[in-house]
Amino acid sequence: MTGPAGRSSQPDPPESPWRRLDARMLAVFPVKQAAALLPLLVVVLIGGRGDGLWQLVGAIAGPTALVAFGLLRWLTVRYRVGPERVELRSGLLNRQHRSVRRDRVRTVDLTASPVHRIFGLTVVEIGTGSQSGKDGGLSLDAVTAVEAERLRRELLDRAIPDHPPPDSVAAAGTAPTSGVDGRGPGVVESVARLRVSWLRFAPLTGSGLVAVGAVVGTAFQLGGELGVRVTDLDVVARVGDRLGAVPLWLAVLVIGTAFSLVGALGSLAIYLEAWWRYRLTRESDGTLRLRRGLLTTRSLSIEQRRMRGAEVSQSLSLRLFGGARCTAVTTGLDASAGVGGALLPPAPAAEAHRVAAAALHLADQGQGSAAALRRHPGAALRRRLLRAVAPVCLLVVGAWWAARTVPELSPVWPAAVLALPLATALGMDRYRNLGHALRPEYLVIGSGSVVRRRVALQRRGIIGWRLRQSLPQRRAGLVTLDAVTAAGRGRYSVVDLPIGWARELVEQVNPGLLPAEQRPSGPARSASAGTEHAAGDLPAERAGGRAQE
Amino acid sequence: MDPMPSAAAPRPPRFRVDPRAKHWWTVRALIGAGAALVPQVVAALLVVDAGWLLATSVMTAMAGAGYVLVMPRLRYRVHRWEADERAVYTLSGWLRLEWRVAPISRIQTIDTERSPLQRLFGLATVTVTTASAAGPVRIEGLDAAGADALARRLTEITRSEHGDAT
Repeated sequence: MTGPAGRSSQPDPPESPWRRLDARMLAVFPVKQAAALLPLLVVVLIGGRGDGLWQLVGAIAGPTALVAFGLLRWLTVRYRVGPERVELRSGLLNRQHRSVRRDRVRTVDLTASPVHRIFGLTVVEIGTGSQSGKDGGLSLDAVTAVEAERLRRELLDRAIPDHPPPDSVAAAGTAPTSGVDGRGPGVVESVARLRVSWLRFAPLTGSGLVAVGAVVGTAFQLGGELGVRVTDLDVVARVGDRLGAVPLWLAVLVIGTAFSLVGALGSLAIYLEAWWRYRLTRESDGTLRLRRGLLTTRSLSIEQRRMRGAEVSQSLSLRLFGGARCTAVTTGLDASAGVGGALLPPAPAAEAHRVAAAALHLADQGQGSAAALRRHPGAALRRRLLRAVAPVCLLVVGAWWAARTVPELSPVWPAAVLALPLATALGMDRYRNLGHALRPEYLVIGSGSVVRRRVALQRRGIIGWRLRQSLPQRRAGLVTLDAVTAAGRGRYSVVDLPIGWARELVEQVNPGLLPAEQRPSGPARSASAGTEHAAGDLPAERAGGRAQE
Repeated sequence: MDPMPSAAAPRPPRFRVDPRAKHWWTVRALIGAGAALVPQVVAALLVVDAGWLLATSVMTAMAGAGYVLVMPRLRYRVHRWEADERAVYTLSGWLRLEWRVAPISRIQTIDTERSPLQRLFGLATVTVTTASAAGPVRIEGLDAAGADALARRLTEITRSEHGDAT
């Protein structure tokens, strides 16, 4: 990435100028806020029991306050992109100054809600690895789409370390137009895009029911505020009467079907809104870029060097229909925050593995998430079965005892017995999915049943190990091995691994990290002497070639 | 029951913690057991005809006594640590064993910490953190002066290292 040609002729200024957010925010901010406050406004203007004067005052004061606040915000918020730091200033009385080191920037996220899009604006979220306050990233709401794109390119443009040189960055900061236009679009490689056939997975995600529940709940609440009782509505009452007349099982069936249908439609709508025009590309500077969204458009860029792996996960419903999700294991994205690191909408499992491999620059999926796993020994199967079946056995005994004391509960315990084969199947399935594989660049871990996961973790990204052994595991000679990483969930567990295998695995990934075996184990050292000795002058016996970077 | 790991396990770290850690753990266990027991005894004395409260109190007292007597000894047999220019390595636990190893090259911070109770016994804890929230390596119950020396030494070693793999 070379800088603009005029670099040498133009000495870089000591400070790049502060810039304001786009003036169109003066219009967008009140509209957005008003939309969020709409239910409240409706209640105040229609349902309120105050006299007309107060309603009039409210109707005028509210929007005026919003416009004034938006103006104040536009006047006070400023940002600048310097050679080393991105800075954001805000606040009139309570002045805030946030500053993020540019080499800490991991992700640049562009989001545009429908209102923003009407005015051609985009919100820029700059993410760093850390979630803590000072370096926790910053958000520009909002700048023009062109400026957002320029910021995205500029902030992530260091595919080759130490490029571009600091002076060219400073120049690009001051002369944005020449900086971007001189660069050109470069070669963009397409990794994946949405196929219409994937929509069949939408109803399996279950997000629809939650959303429909939320909408219904809000409607009830709003109705309550306005004095409308939903049960009083004519339609609802008539449906209620009809259902009351038919047998119970039919009513349950009808209501169940209705809920599933509405839920499926809701899921479909959410899938379309979130993933419409989805495409995953690799930009010319090596970053992965994900763009999606029907009404609100989102663009997420992940620096390739920060990709620590990929995960392919299947909930039970997705798995039944051959679907899977694919998420990135990377720093700068919070894995716990919903679709945080999603690289792909729910899609066929083969596609998920393909995208996982492509995102990690792997030519062969077998080197990543689709690797053939090494099964864990029979002791692991016994443990899985015991852990799945034992609670159900307790349940059966409890139900049997309850049925003896309370006769009305007698139909419960045969039902509990029926859960036994289910629990056995669950245990078997958990064992079948358990396993690990070590590939030249990645450690692949398989686990789970209700949510089956395959994670390919970059070996260089592993920054420590934990071996945990409970009492039953000790008897079975097994351990749980945690690969610790800065990315994603922080640690990824290989469950019920023979302890010798665990030691070998650590040794293969980080040779020499665990102490060598043939050394005389020295349990006889007196403790105080040991600490003093070791603290003052550390033993230098394991000084060999360092294997990790 | 033998608290030590089996032969296939990684070699235990070389150094035991300070023997005074046993006393520290004992006092901690006493405080914990007391916190569980005292409310039950008080309730049993206040409530008339509370046979079951008395029964749970006796059970708590027995379990607490066992914990206070057994846990510190088992812990002292298990807890070990080792640090050199490649890695910090610990083994801890008493019923549940846990090995942790962090390469020196990935260390971000080194802290020494002394709680009032630890100060009473002249002990300290050294905590070594990496970029992951999941991976701090803690060495509890070190001799206070030794802990400071260890922290200094580790700081010195890590000064020459770069890259925390975030």
